[in-house]
Amino acid sequence: MRAVLASASAGETEAIAARVAARLELGDVVTVSGELGSGKTTFVRGACRALGVTAPVTSPTFTIGHRYEGRIDVAHLDLYRYDGVSEADWGDLEPYFEGAVVFVEWPEAGRASLPPARIAVSIQHAGEDQRRIELTSAEAALLEDVE
Amino acid sequence: MILGIETSCDETAAAVITDDGHVLASVVSSQADLHSRYGGVVPEIASRRHLDLVAPVVREALDSAGASLDGVSKVAVTQGPGLVGALLVGVSAAKAIAWARQLPLVPVDHLEGHVASLYLEPDPLEPPFVCLLVSGGHTLLLAVRERGSSERLGTTLDDAAGEAFDKGARLLGLRYPGGAEIDRIAQDGDPSAFPFPVARVPGLDFSFSGLKTALLYAVRDLGVEETERRRADLAASYQAAIVRALARRIDEAASATGLDGVAVVGGVAANSNLRAALPDVRFAPLDLCTDNAAMIASAARYVEALPYPGYLGLDAYPSFS
Repeated sequence: MRAVLASASAGETEAIAARVAARLELGDVVTVSGELGSGKTTFVRGACRALGVTAPVTSPTFTIGHRYEGRIDVAHLDLYRYDGVSEADWGDLEPYFEGAVVFVEWPEAGRASLPPARIAVSIQHAGEDQRRIELTSAEAALLEDVE
Repeated sequence: MILGIETSCDETAAAVITDDGHVLASVVSSQADLHSRYGGVVPEIASRRHLDLVAPVVREALDSAGASLDGVSKVAVTQGPGLVGALLVGVSAAKAIAWARQLPLVPVDHLEGHVASLYLEPDPLEPPFVCLLVSGGHTLLLAVRERGSSERLGTTLDDAAGEAFDKGARLLGLRYPGGAEIDRIAQDGDPSAFPFPVARVPGLDFSFSGLKTALLYAVRDLGVEETERRRADLAASYQAAIVRALARRIDEAASATGLDGVAVVGGVAANSNLRAALPDVRFAPLDLCTDNAAMIASAARYVEALPYPGYLGLDAYPSFS
């Protein structure tokens, strides 16, 4: 199932993410795709706030992974610097998938090796501050009324 | 002597310093050449590479210091923040060496390590000062009132400044590492050619994601050919916006805290434009800007050591709190 939403600001992107986050459970994986500057980290920040994370939620491009404490712990990964995820790479990433809701930015490199995403988020530029946010999930109920 | 080991991110590093802060050897097994071969995307980023390199790098540090483990009085290691698997390679190596020689172990915070790069000879800095820590993974403003501790005044709310450099370079079609390339190309450009914004965020925090998006739009509007033709101007203007944002916050932090001294550490501290824009500011030595182990050994002088063998259960921590 697919839901397409429009956002006109970073604040709206965060609010949409918060509504998505309210439906998540421990162990869920959410991939967040989109080109540079589309608002992937903004989306993850909105979701984190809804999950009770108060720490700064920043881009993990260089650090690869962040872990935040919230009502549910959140792992925030970024595969931007990966070309593919080898078995050895997966060894590094796996701890972040334990006991957390996991958001993965730039998930493309990990398509073959990451656990399946419960929701896939794709964000596209739609002129100035406008964004088109597409949510995909195998479970129709998960995206019901998310607009 | 203190042996330092650092494996929190891309670099496998080891260093030997004297107890009073003279660097005898600092070995960084830079993976920059490996990075550039893959256009900024690395096939294998962390732990396995650290595992291959940590023993040779430690050995080389000891050799070039003309030292052996007999002369080492404690072992310092980065405990976090960083990629857990990568950190654990360094932590395990440090534990093994310390345990085998019945030495104390000093767990060091990577960010405090960057600050401690300022405390090394031949020109150690004395607190108090405001410190800007600016790298690919972090952009932090700190008030440092005594060695070994700091108070966080501000942080980036989205991208680190070093990341902004790197992603800007990607948008401009430049090679990895992007910060150095932008710095180089910007020298032939007009920093006022494009009016890139400095984000307005409250307090002493930073934001660079809007700037990145502004560059993206500029590149899109110009098209491929025009972007190519005006690349130096784009790089210079983009760099100037980052430098302006950093310089402004440094001033504000100095005023807010009343601290006179100001210092900049971390990978972006190597940027020549930033250095030129802040003539009265103290910068980390060039070879100690990017991740290294001399700064970790330096920081260990101001952290309580864990006596042998109480550190065997020591764990790494992934995030800064």
